[in-house]
Amino acid sequence: MSTVAVHLRGLVRFFRDVMGEDAYRKYQAYHAASGCSSPPLTEREFWRDKMDRQDANPGSRCC
Amino acid sequence: MTEENRRRRDPDRPGSGATDAELLVQDPDLPPVAIDEQEAEAEERRWTPLKVAVWVAIALLGGISWTMLAIVRGETVNAIWFVFAAVCTYLIGYRFYSKYIERHLLKPNDRRATPAEYKADGKDYAATDRRVLYGHHFAAIAGAGPLVGPVLAAQMGYLPGTVWIIVGVILAGAVQDYLVMFFSMRRGGRSLGQMAREELGLIGGTAALVATLTIMIIIVAILALVVVNALGESPWGVFSVAMTIPIALFMGVYLRYLRPGKVSEVSIIGFVLLMLAIVGGGWIADTEWGVAIFSLDRVTIAWGIIIYGFIAAVLPVWLLLAPRDYLSTFMKIGTIVMLAVAIIIVRPEISVPAFSEFASRDDGPVVAGPLFPFLFVTIACGALSGFHALISSGTTPKMIMKERQTRFIGYGGMLMESFVAIMALVAAISLDRGIYFAMNSSAAATGGTVEGAVAFVNSLGLVGVNLTPDMLTSLAADVGEESVVSRTGGAPTLAVGLAMIMQSFIGGPAMMAFWYHFAIMFEALFILTAVDAGTRVARFMLQDSIGNFVPKFRDTGWRTGAWICTAIMVAGWGSILIMGVTDPLGGINTLFPLFGIANQLLAAIALAICLAILAKKNVFKYIWVVVLPLAFASVVTITASMYKIFSPVPAVGYWAQHNAFRNALEAGETSFGTAKTVEAMEAVVRNTFVQGVLSILFVTLAIIVIITAVIASVRSFRSGGAPSAEDPAVPSRTFAPAGFFATPLEKQIEAQWDALPEDRKPARTRH
Repeated sequence: MSTVAVHLRGLVRFFRDVMGEDAYRKYQAYHAASGCSSPPLTEREFWRDKMDRQDANPGSRCC
Repeated sequence: MTEENRRRRDPDRPGSGATDAELLVQDPDLPPVAIDEQEAEAEERRWTPLKVAVWVAIALLGGISWTMLAIVRGETVNAIWFVFAAVCTYLIGYRFYSKYIERHLLKPNDRRATPAEYKADGKDYAATDRRVLYGHHFAAIAGAGPLVGPVLAAQMGYLPGTVWIIVGVILAGAVQDYLVMFFSMRRGGRSLGQMAREELGLIGGTAALVATLTIMIIIVAILALVVVNALGESPWGVFSVAMTIPIALFMGVYLRYLRPGKVSEVSIIGFVLLMLAIVGGGWIADTEWGVAIFSLDRVTIAWGIIIYGFIAAVLPVWLLLAPRDYLSTFMKIGTIVMLAVAIIIVRPEISVPAFSEFASRDDGPVVAGPLFPFLFVTIACGALSGFHALISSGTTPKMIMKERQTRFIGYGGMLMESFVAIMALVAAISLDRGIYFAMNSSAAATGGTVEGAVAFVNSLGLVGVNLTPDMLTSLAADVGEESVVSRTGGAPTLAVGLAMIMQSFIGGPAMMAFWYHFAIMFEALFILTAVDAGTRVARFMLQDSIGNFVPKFRDTGWRTGAWICTAIMVAGWGSILIMGVTDPLGGINTLFPLFGIANQLLAAIALAICLAILAKKNVFKYIWVVVLPLAFASVVTITASMYKIFSPVPAVGYWAQHNAFRNALEAGETSFGTAKTVEAMEAVVRNTFVQGVLSILFVTLAIIVIITAVIASVRSFRSGGAPSAEDPAVPSRTFAPAGFFATPLEKQIEAQWDALPEDRKPARTRH
């Protein structure tokens, strides 16, 4: 039962990451690793900044 | 090879010349950052009985499936053979051909850091789990394209399309995506345009840029035309698709102010609202006022999309574009999985012949022109899509963790899109052929009426086709539409096919209408997302180009410049859209070949750039891998363009049509062919002129790019290669497996990394 739950949780997490939720986690990992002394952006700030960067730098979508 | 390997085994060897092998010194304090290549090769070459048995089984199953499709082909053929033929061939192509390209042509080196590592910024450049990145990449490349082309090509029978989709992806489409992704990754994630300028010089680079920009306009226009055709005179469809706008706005506000970052949560909420919109559309289409408000003619819908496209491109991304993109990704993954499961469980019987009457003729009512080259331009996405080169360069390469993962993400991602195309083909050919032709022949041929359609389709003389008016009216009633006659563009046909498959899976006949509008909805959603993003990307490209002359345009924050460039781009695709909607000859049937030609020409451009890069690397022994698809794409698209420009058959050649109508006008005639008025005749003259000019423009630009690439390659051949424009090699300090599953060797190394004490773990994304 617990292995099923673990796999299921993994699958849900995978799906969430594919949807794009991994962005903040990747940023946190980067910030922690960079040794930067200033505090990282909060989740809210990060997402706001991400969207605003997309304004100037659009990703394309295919046909 | 051995020299390089020896160095690899002795990483501390001091190096005087700065070759990559010497620069890429493994940190002795860290576990290996790459698997040992000799060991890996030995493992691959070790053919255990189990491995042999598995591959023999795959090959046998694939062989049997192809035999069933191509040779046995009895009265009917089961859809499951399409699935098996595709999957087995993909597996073999992936395991053997992409491996061959990796080993001989690209030679990725995991000891070398990727841009996600050496340029890490935690945002654009961020190492991403390979399986998650596969999902991101797939969601970015797959859209409505692979769903539409195969449907239109089904007029030639199922076999030509199936063979081209499966063989084409292995030898051309996936190769292009893989090469472009790899080269962009080696260049810090540079875009295709930047690589073109670097490799081909000013003339080739400029031609590539102009070609890309115009090709984007035509692609957006024709995708929008598909939506318009699907929504015309359909109050249910118009209501539910229009509802995606308020739903997206709500999602945008939710993500911005209520719960930032909860992407899947808001997508699920959006999805539920979307389902309610579909159900609500059904109720509204049953009321008198609903029909009165939402029954819009195609011209009105086209204007709606044009105005919407402009507003969406100038609004902040977070409000409309980003949430719609999330919703579209959610639907994409969900519906594709659902469709695959449904086809495998339902396994519809296909009664379409392998080769139809139109495979050997050039007067097919859906897309005119002979099989060669028009099959290969009708099915672009799914087999070879130049548009992918824009995604495979730039966005995805900045997130790749290790070089060897490009094979899985680039080559493997395209195989998945090809599979989507196969499923679309299966859904389209599970329909009765009479219905198929009634839906896909232009209103100019059917008159847009049930009687006209029945008379027209039965006059085609198709074997086994006996269309009755009752078949068309009862289908229309089943899917909740007023009429299904001349619903051209591919999307409605696919929606009917999908609804038939899905209703026997979930819900039964009572759910037909729901599933039909569900399918229309997700196709519209994919296309509108592509329209939004395409307009925006094109606007930035235009701003950048104008910026060369008027520097102020470079400033993307300058509102006036942004609005001017957006307006130019929207006017570009909008005018072609209106032209297609009002075209007396049927619009999509004449315009779709231009879409395929444009897309394939972009592929030829991308492959030409790859050729120049490989020539610089001096790997001529294996360069046929890129020459083969490049030559094929060039021959196909240039031949198709020549047909479109020079063919004397009016249905095929734009200029032949143009002259025929002009002569008729000059002769003082007031109706000609399907154009019943002088205005309609003038419209045909105007439209064919625009289409003819575009054909000439595309093919000229592509030929310039191909020629400059060939010249650059010949120069490299004579001089024995040239210094590459790659970023300098930086040693990697991280490890990750290459494929979907980790191999035993990779698992060993992963275990060593896991065992490393936390404080000794290097920064994954270090400066």
